[in-house]
Amino acid sequence: MENLSLMLAPLLSSKLMIVLIFGTLFGLILGVLPGLGPTTGGALILPFTMTLDPLSAIVLLTAIYCAGTYGGAITAVLINTPGTPAAAATCLDGYPLAQKGEAGRALGMATVSSTIGGIFSVVVLVFFAPLLAQLAYEFGQPEYFALAIFGLTMLASIGEGSPIKNLIAGAFGILISTIGKDFMTSIDRFTFGINELSEGIGFIPVVVGLFAISEMLTQSTLLDQIFKRVALKAVKLPSISDYKKTWITILRSSGIGSFIGVLPAEGGTVASLIGYSEAKRWSKNPEEFGKGSVEGIAGAEAANNAATGGAMVPTLALGIPGSATTAVILTGLIIHGVRPGPDLFREQPDFLYGIFGSMLIANVLFFIFGFFGAKIFARITLVPNKLLWPMIFAVSVCGTYSLSQSMLDVWIMLFFGIIGFFMRRYGFSVVPVIIGLILGELVEGTLRQSLVIFEGNWLEFLTRPIAVSFFILSFIALIFPLLRKKN
Amino acid sequence: MSDVQKSKGADKKSLPLFFNISFKVIFIIVLISSVLLYFTFTFEEVPPILNRGIQPATFPKALLILIISLSLIVYYLSIKVPWNIEKKLPNSFYITLASFIIFSVVSVTLDFFLGISVLSVLVSFFWGERRIFYLFLVAIIFPIIVFIFFETILGLRFPGGIITNLYYN
Repeated sequence: MENLSLMLAPLLSSKLMIVLIFGTLFGLILGVLPGLGPTTGGALILPFTMTLDPLSAIVLLTAIYCAGTYGGAITAVLINTPGTPAAAATCLDGYPLAQKGEAGRALGMATVSSTIGGIFSVVVLVFFAPLLAQLAYEFGQPEYFALAIFGLTMLASIGEGSPIKNLIAGAFGILISTIGKDFMTSIDRFTFGINELSEGIGFIPVVVGLFAISEMLTQSTLLDQIFKRVALKAVKLPSISDYKKTWITILRSSGIGSFIGVLPAEGGTVASLIGYSEAKRWSKNPEEFGKGSVEGIAGAEAANNAATGGAMVPTLALGIPGSATTAVILTGLIIHGVRPGPDLFREQPDFLYGIFGSMLIANVLFFIFGFFGAKIFARITLVPNKLLWPMIFAVSVCGTYSLSQSMLDVWIMLFFGIIGFFMRRYGFSVVPVIIGLILGELVEGTLRQSLVIFEGNWLEFLTRPIAVSFFILSFIALIFPLLRKKN
Repeated sequence: MSDVQKSKGADKKSLPLFFNISFKVIFIIVLISSVLLYFTFTFEEVPPILNRGIQPATFPKALLILIISLSLIVYYLSIKVPWNIEKKLPNSFYITLASFIIFSVVSVTLDFFLGISVLSVLVSFFWGERRIFYLFLVAIIFPIIVFIFFETILGLRFPGGIITNLYYN
């Protein structure tokens, strides 16, 4: 009961409500614009959160996360281009249904299933995050090392694209984290005589480079692409027969999305694809999929929004991000001096339940804004790329510069923009780089501290049952794609 | 998303080894990793009494060896299932890339915001915008709005330059 009142506290705070409304609207705009999304948007707005208190800052980021994930559906339905990668599966049935003159019905189904999926995942978050945090009390350095390795192998295994390429990208991310002074011995690594690099490479320049700048380069190769926008009169709530048809799909996908979200992978993107394929597998009318099935829309949208709450579980309980956007949220927490992990649950329950409550409210807010304002948000897609991307460049450069007021960060951003473009072009996902970068210090630190505890004896890892369990799971995660391929 | 799709026999017949795209990509990764691996041997070592666990160079070395090994596996797999040859990059890509370089030069030598303006006008123009008002909007009005926004809300001081100094003075 006490926790419930803590969760509802944001409703009573006008400041938090303003932050929530702004975050939801901003998230929707980011979600609607193809190429942008909650990860880039969160990274760009991070410098502004410095003017806010920690709770308001994280509430803003989580509202952007929830609304941005949903916003991608609007573009997916109306112009057959996913606003965010997580909405890719929504295109498959959303656009065909819109072409039949039922854009309002398609968006209505996307809005309702996204909201249910999002709320379901917040319930999962409220129940499971404290349990996981409780479990984390049993973790020492070796267990955290094994857990981080498990996270990276899961990312490689179930993330998008080739698992081996994902592993290379993850290792590259960890390698970036080793740049600068070694935190245990203060010896310079990969600094090449540049003093500013001694501090290491910041997270924000890398994220903005890999997501925003590389996307700008990608857009420069797509100038001849013409989008056909389907007209939208108004968003319609699903009919009783639509509800009857889809309620099991929505619940199933909400469960799938929450579970996938908890695993350190690409969050909503993978969740929506699995949610969609499971919806098709269990459907009584699988032949309708790809031709405008409401079950297809519900399956994809409930799953990708359910992944938002799921991905927050390991982020808050263990300090291990469940997706690229939660990696940005984790950075926000660290910048504001909040250390995620079990102690956070014991020492700052008001802060945590404030975040849970805000996520719940954000899901309701994007339902309202999506339902009544989808037509307006859809118009944002009319902003031509030739005007939009120079503006995004200006904000990216200033946002990146602002964190440490260093031009080096701007060069790093441009460098990673080019790297990110070629990575994507040759089939390497950039998400593992981000997760690797944020987990790098944890992986190396816990490994080295474990070896201090074990007096250099690596075999001592085998005496820790939890660590061994994570290593076995990591091994399974690595061979899983091979088995899947064989089958 | 990636436009490199794998399909059996896509570039099997025509391309000799050195023009094979997977070879070129993996060669670059292995080359850069090898150079970085070489640098790890130049890292200082700590005496055993200060050495907690492993030497500072050991972890990056292990990562680089992992990257090289995995890259070779990717190349081996690409021989079996070749990558499709991706579309040639259009001129607009190279112009955008060149505008990054121009931005870097202008922002260092003349002015940070002038650099942003020059990039904005170049990108916008070469991406197809010909209307003067919109070029003015992205090159002048928007950077000014961004400047004022960051200046007033974050109290940020941008690097000096021929235009920024006018404001600061």
